[in-house]
Amino acid sequence: MTFQVPCPNCGPRPVEEFTTTGEVRERPVESPSRRDLSHYIYFRRNARGVQTEWWYHRFGCELWFLADRDTHDNRVLETRLPTSSRGEW
Amino acid sequence: MVSRLRAREDERIDRGRPVTFTFDGTAVRGFEGDTFGSAMYAEGRRVFSRSFKYHRPRGLVCCAGQCANCMATVDGRPNVRLCVEPIREGADVNGQNVLGSVDRDFLSAVDRFAGPFTPPGFYYKTFIRPRRLWPLYEKLLRNAAGLGKLNPEATREGRFEKEHRSVDVLVVGGGSEGLQAAIEAAQAGSSVALVDDGPEPGGALLLTESGDEPARALANKAREVGVELLCPARAVGVYEGNLVPIEYDNVLIRMRATEIVVAAGVVEQPLVFPGNDLVGVMLPGAASRLVRFWSIKPGERAVVITADDSGARAVETLKAAGVRVAATVDLRATMPETIVASGKKGRVTGVSIDGDSVRCDLVVASGSPQPAHALLSHAGARVDYDAGRGVFVPVEVPDGIRAVGGAAGDVGQPGLPRPSFGGSGSKAKEFVCICEDQTTKDLRYAHAEGYDSIELSKRYTTVTMGPCQGRLCHLNSVRLYAETSGTDESLIGTTTARPPWSPVSLEVLAGRPHEPARRTSMHDRHKKLGATMMWTGEWRRPYAYGDPAAEVRGVHEAVGIIDVSTLGKILVSGRDAATFLERIYPNRFGDMASGRIRYGVLTSDAGRITDDGTIARLADDTFYVTTTSTGAGAVVEWFEWWNAIWGYELDVVNVTGSLAAINVAGPDARALMERLVDIPVDADSFRYLDARQGHVAGVPSLLLRIGFVGELGYEIHFPSVQGEFLLDALVTEGADFGAVPFGLESQRVLRLEKAHILVGQDTDSESNLLEASMPWILKLDKGDFVGRWSAEQVKARGLETRLVGFRLKTDDLPVEGGQIVGDGQPVGRITSVRRSEAADAIIGLAWVPADKAVEGASFEARVDGELIPAEVTLEPFYDPDGERLRS
Ligand code: FES
Ligand SMILES: [Zn+2]
Repeated sequence: MTFQVPCPNCGPRPVEEFTTTGEVRERPVESPSRRDLSHYIYFRRNARGVQTEWWYHRFGCELWFLADRDTHDNRVLETRLPTSSRGEW
Repeated sequence: MVSRLRAREDERIDRGRPVTFTFDGTAVRGFEGDTFGSAMYAEGRRVFSRSFKYHRPRGLVCCAGQCANCMATVDGRPNVRLCVEPIREGADVNGQNVLGSVDRDFLSAVDRFAGPFTPPGFYYKTFIRPRRLWPLYEKLLRNAAGLGKLNPEATREGRFEKEHRSVDVLVVGGGSEGLQAAIEAAQAGSSVALVDDGPEPGGALLLTESGDEPARALANKAREVGVELLCPARAVGVYEGNLVPIEYDNVLIRMRATEIVVAAGVVEQPLVFPGNDLVGVMLPGAASRLVRFWSIKPGERAVVITADDSGARAVETLKAAGVRVAATVDLRATMPETIVASGKKGRVTGVSIDGDSVRCDLVVASGSPQPAHALLSHAGARVDYDAGRGVFVPVEVPDGIRAVGGAAGDVGQPGLPRPSFGGSGSKAKEFVCICEDQTTKDLRYAHAEGYDSIELSKRYTTVTMGPCQGRLCHLNSVRLYAETSGTDESLIGTTTARPPWSPVSLEVLAGRPHEPARRTSMHDRHKKLGATMMWTGEWRRPYAYGDPAAEVRGVHEAVGIIDVSTLGKILVSGRDAATFLERIYPNRFGDMASGRIRYGVLTSDAGRITDDGTIARLADDTFYVTTTSTGAGAVVEWFEWWNAIWGYELDVVNVTGSLAAINVAGPDARALMERLVDIPVDADSFRYLDARQGHVAGVPSLLLRIGFVGELGYEIHFPSVQGEFLLDALVTEGADFGAVPFGLESQRVLRLEKAHILVGQDTDSESNLLEASMPWILKLDKGDFVGRWSAEQVKARGLETRLVGFRLKTDDLPVEGGQIVGDGQPVGRITSVRRSEAADAIIGLAWVPADKAVEGASFEARVDGELIPAEVTLEPFYDPDGERLRS
């Protein structure tokens, strides 16, 4: 992993400056079944191709953002700040 | 015997500056500008090493740092390529991989006797039986295996750095095409750097009859237009994002380039014929370098066999150096059936071409020049076999990469040599891979055994896996495989090229050692007070100032002072702060009054405990959150992440570094505080779990009445810069009460007496709130929060294990992590254990089966191999009702 990630705030920076929590997952809204809960906690699609992920500029501006990354060649196609679910930003 | 030619204008050596070193203890004299290899060759040395497996004598083959033949140990550093390593006064050079010396290696018996019996796979097949002898075999084999010896006692010498840089265009290779590409790019306004592994750029230009002049002119032009010339330096590989690590002396430059121009030229390929590894058989470039760079006469009588113009050039150079060229074969014109070299004591004495013998002491031979495509392959280019010219050429070079010159496949129209010239009769070994001592016979054998894919064959025979990394054997092995299997090379394909392309020393990769330490603002005072310091995560903290037991007594009986600046400290403020905390913590904060404090535990959505600390409400919309000493960063990230999803109106500020903190605890804590603070601290005005702002010794502070160590206590949070001042004030004023500074060890005893957990010590990545015996934290009657559903699941399935306190009926201290045994089986483990004077027992915390989590239940702990009875205690061991804490 030596690619660069374009931070929406700082521009392209080496990947070592960031952390990621991996692909964006849909969090269940209602009390989920045991199966759905396990699925949410443990299961990853692990797509070969473009997936949307959470990234954090740990050694930079300390901002979380979303990135569309191609897991096959590590090209980061687009990054953006999350539009808050409450729509108040 | 010194075989230097007459001095020439553009030789690299400075004959006025002699340099002396030793090889295997014997002095060798060369000149400034020599390499170790050239100086040794000039003095008549021809054998430089012994081969990997058969211990055959080996001499210079490429003279360009590409093979393994001249590797030796220089000043204790193994595997140095003597042909390219600049000579150093007084250096101690030694042959390696020998028993004896490179001239008389007793291990060479392997060549004579074991040769026919050590085909590929020999070791796997032979030493598998009998099993019990494996340890012995292993020892012997390990001793014989590998190249060179590392000195495990060696320490770091010199200074190594990393540099992060970027340019518009990076050119790898300083031959004419590389220099020209660099000049053009610079003239077009780009920032350009060029890497070349020679002491000066020029590449193959330097080996032509016209001498140094054209190369020097180009290099000067490049400098003039602003190209940065990095040489001697080596591009290690091409990584994602056009990153090229460059080993440049003792610096590893991590160079990021918008465009990488690969101008690495070609790699001359050896011909495969019986005796092709004899000392004196070399590539045309090697002979030319000896003559042109160091004015050395490579031999007396030469035979030249090549597939392209390099032969004609070599003949010219050799003749100019006074070497008699006894025979020349241009494979474009004639293709012999057989070529067989014969020798004496490992040195070539003649070649027979289709049966015609020629006496010689030098064989200059090469096949089609192979484009040096490795860096392109790293970047993702494909290579295709060009059947007409017998080489692999790069295709589909990705964006941001460009290939020029030889590396791009521009190698003219070489003749197509036979995959091997051994014919059927010869018994002499013909080597495909000289690094790993693999012959045509070995490869055919592997193929016959069913290793019909080149990738499998590579792993089985180790061809291409030696120090040359396939430079001199990849093409030949593929061609031989194609011939053996009766298919063509494009079906055989290539093995995967991976970085590093050139060897890189671990010390350069490691760079400068960094072990960052965080110190609190009171660090120096602790040391003056006699503290022994210890690591906790990245922090340095006092372990103790003297006897930890005395410190514990001091806290219980008078008052203790501890620096807790390492606690994570986070301000959470904003309109939605309370809602946010309600949702991220399992416990409740919305109903908390300003000026009050609650203990909080963070869990993940999987219900696992991740951190703990206290949360003080400073105002309606402002909370002051503390975390574990190593957890601040992770908790801030966690908060920010969830809020990136939820989008509450909120600010999260990490104030860990800007604020220091001191905990003052003990029965006399109030009396001490009364002397220093400007707010009332009596039991009614400042209750347990109250948060107040005031001044301590004039320092603006946030005071939290909490009690991690189990006595009446005040945690003072204040600006870091006042750390020493406030500590001094407390120690001085506290003297009247017998105040003691205390360290981590006594804090651990004190908190254990209260059965307060340490996240990460008593919990691990599996621990949940219910099983960690903290059900009161969990507020399932509020709305959604992180970890809620998993907690519900644990509740529904029932508890399997529990974290409980215990007392031990022994005097021996078990180890933390020690086993808990039930019915002879391990059923749990001890997480914390200490001797407590206050409890007059050995006390601890342990994970036990859930049915043992009843007051007075007994279980057994393993202490030094013996089973010791222990008794479960659900209450704190000290002040179980918290009277002292609340007083
Ligand atoms: S002769 Fe030195 S590396 Fe090949
Ligand atoms: Zn950033």
